[in-house]
Amino acid sequence: MNISIPCPHCGPRPIQEFIHGEIPVVPDSITDEEERDLDRAFMRENREGVITERWFHTFGCRRWLTLKRDTKQ
Amino acid sequence: MNEFVERRVELTWRKPKRAYDVVIVGGGGHGLATAYYLATRHGITNVAVIEKKYIGAGNSGRNTTIIRSNYGIPEAVSFYQRSLELYQQLEAETGRWMMHQRKGLLWIAHTEAGVRAERARAEVNTAFGARTEFVTPREIGEICPRIDLTGGGVWPVLGASYHVDGATARHDRVVWALAEGAMRHGVDIHQRLAVTGLLREGERVVGVETDQGPIAAGLVLSATGGHVTTLATQAGVRLPIRTHPLQAFVTNHYELAFDQIVASSNLLFYVSQTARGEMLIGAEIDRQPSYSDRSGYHFLQNCSFRAMTLLPFLRNLRILRQWTGICDMSPDYSPVMGQTGVDGFYVTTGWGTWGFKAIPAGGEQMAELIATGRTPALIAPFALDRFAKDRTMADRGSAGTH
Repeated sequence: MNISIPCPHCGPRPIQEFIHGEIPVVPDSITDEEERDLDRAFMRENREGVITERWFHTFGCRRWLTLKRDTKQ
Repeated sequence: MNEFVERRVELTWRKPKRAYDVVIVGGGGHGLATAYYLATRHGITNVAVIEKKYIGAGNSGRNTTIIRSNYGIPEAVSFYQRSLELYQQLEAETGRWMMHQRKGLLWIAHTEAGVRAERARAEVNTAFGARTEFVTPREIGEICPRIDLTGGGVWPVLGASYHVDGATARHDRVVWALAEGAMRHGVDIHQRLAVTGLLREGERVVGVETDQGPIAAGLVLSATGGHVTTLATQAGVRLPIRTHPLQAFVTNHYELAFDQIVASSNLLFYVSQTARGEMLIGAEIDRQPSYSDRSGYHFLQNCSFRAMTLLPFLRNLRILRQWTGICDMSPDYSPVMGQTGVDGFYVTTGWGTWGFKAIPAGGEQMAELIATGRTPALIAPFALDRFAKDRTMADRGSAGTH
């Protein structure tokens, strides 16, 4: 699929110019500090629906942006 | 292949019962193989395989049908070698022709680092029972004369690992044969029945909720592709899985003269020829996590350009169709199989770029785990708790491509 990412500095640009950055979501139900570290390192929410993620515009303005995207589309 | 007289696949559809000993969610290769081996090896037949669409509708019908065991770490080589050997017997065992064909797989290196990686691959493979050898450019030219050894002047071929037992089989036929074998032994397979949730009793998982009512189960195995995280969340299990789309395409028919499977880590593509003569080409996953199975033109442009660099004859072909499947990627590119820490809930996932080659061994080993309650040594390294134990099975060669 051809995705374009709306960069606030450069306008909509093809996804190939960006590097994907995840925001780990650790559920509040995990309280133990070590378990939270483990979850942050490996486990993923992998949600079907709208997620918040970061993208770095490598071949452009070289700045990070935050994006909300629906993974079902 | 005349020793097989083709009969119609005999599938007996029955109405869902209210309770089963084992409920397997997902009627793809892994789910069906687990049911098949449960019934044939362990005599456990009160089993249901529940499929949302039709059997083989997911990644079992979208993969690029490659069977190989040339992995980069000992545990993976042993496991996939078992799978490769089971595939070799599966036609005789089920009495079904799966168009299984040994082709040999060339994994091309274009850089010094690549050469070192392929040499290492050959060593690890040989040590753990897979037949792989390092071959020089001259030998590559003899094995597969269509390869441009200059790599279009940009990616010169410096060597390759040659996996003699690399093979292909027809994916639909594998699915049907396993379904038929399982059904013949009394396993129920339900198509167009969607699992909407898990039934729990305290911490324990005791069945599944479907769009046609609840079904109780002594044990639930998730063999779903793509949507495993959503299911596992309902059992309170956190998984190290990201779901990414993977695309592939075929060209129009070409004379049947391309006998090998050719892959390249640097150019990130692999190619084989189907029995119909189509050139089947696949690549790496899309970088964004997504559940979408839409395909894109950009991928075609990119991937066909890279493929033509190594195989110039492809430039005269046309692209016939393309498709996308969604893959479960684990952080270490190795599968996640076995218990989850929640009673009554097992998973087989993380098959990376589709896991077709692992179907028989994955099914056999999961069936043994379910039947005996003990994790077989072959899949013990791939348990979910390896992340907490700091024993990740990092294998870049595992799921990077196909």
